[in-house]
Amino acid sequence: MTPDDILKALYDETLVGNAPRVLELTEEGLGLSMEPQTLLFDALIPSLEEVGARFERGDFFVPEMLIAGRAMAGAMERLRPLLAETGVETIGKFLMGTVKGDVHDIGKNLVNIMLEGAGFEVIDLGVQVAPEKFVAAIEEHQPDIVGFSAFLTTTMPMFKANMNALEKAGIRDEVIVMVGGAPVTQEYADAVGADGYAADASQTVKRAKSLIEAKRTKVPA
Amino acid sequence: MALIACGAIAQPAAAVVDRNGWPVDVHPLPPLLHNHPDRIADQVRALAERLGRSYGRVVVGYADCGTYGALDSVCDDLGLQRLPGLHCYDVYAGRSRLERFFDEQPGTYLLTDFLVRSFDRTVVRELGLDRYPELRDTYFGHYTRVVWLAQEPDEELRALAADAAEGLGLPLTVVETGDHGLEQALADLVRPAV
Repeated sequence: MTPDDILKALYDETLVGNAPRVLELTEEGLGLSMEPQTLLFDALIPSLEEVGARFERGDFFVPEMLIAGRAMAGAMERLRPLLAETGVETIGKFLMGTVKGDVHDIGKNLVNIMLEGAGFEVIDLGVQVAPEKFVAAIEEHQPDIVGFSAFLTTTMPMFKANMNALEKAGIRDEVIVMVGGAPVTQEYADAVGADGYAADASQTVKRAKSLIEAKRTKVPA
Repeated sequence: MALIACGAIAQPAAAVVDRNGWPVDVHPLPPLLHNHPDRIADQVRALAERLGRSYGRVVVGYADCGTYGALDSVCDDLGLQRLPGLHCYDVYAGRSRLERFFDEQPGTYLLTDFLVRSFDRTVVRELGLDRYPELRDTYFGHYTRVVWLAQEPDEELRALAADAAEGLGLPLTVVETGDHGLEQALADLVRPAV
């Protein structure tokens, strides 16, 4: 296969979520001395963006999103250390977790994949993350953004508990806070004092980028 | 009176109506809306507006059901009452009991008789597990148990519930709720007319 064939096949096989084939093609591409960034930015990310677009149009559903995301995640496992070696600067560091009392993580994991695909370094704390664990992880990893995810109306109040924990630890102003999840709205995000909210994975990427950009260009008072 | 019922509770709701002799016609909406809660409010609105032309009163046999307030907005607009709580699970088991389940184990996956009976269609197929069985742990990896809120647990349903839990790789707890909670909630809805 030529490099162009590899990119086309990688795009197509990611789109249909053929994880074993995506990994094979990634290896083949690397075997042809293709740059990891080329595989990522010219095949994997465009394919996942197409998955997102089809989802928004109603042509794809959650299973198709997940299966494509898993395929890309498999390739990313292989590419991540290579990308790190190349010294490509990440857009920013994003710390993510589902709040305490909530085990739902499908949406969060899709967001993680999209963020990573867009060039963020993602640190995922998993599910049922207690406020003190978020605080400790922020202090350890110094992320640009922390994301709180909740799927249940009964666990959404943990956003406020997390915000209070950040305030108490004196780190609220050091990190951008984004919130999301099925029941979350912009109004709720505003009410708990979050800096950003997005309704889905692709919007999260756009919002995260704009929040980081705004923070970096902000002139200190 | 017309009762717009989620397809997942339409059958037991109709049984309750018959048992009590209430002057209520049950109008079910498709049960698969359970998996697409963003569509519930619009479908309830459309059906309620249509039924409102031929019934003196229309009530809604849905809890919030993942509409996150959108159904309440429809009810407020059209002057309708709905079932209490977040989900039909609250109606069957009571909110405090459900809170205890989730306090004990946040990774509790709930089933009702309807979901047990239709598990292959409403869960396995809808989640794509028939096509992508490897997604099972993606969906259920953080769950620790299945709790079946059983309304009429006969041998056939017990076997189906056991199969469902086994398919998810989770232990099964059976909690026999009966349909008293549903009967009480429906009585509260239809009471002004009976």
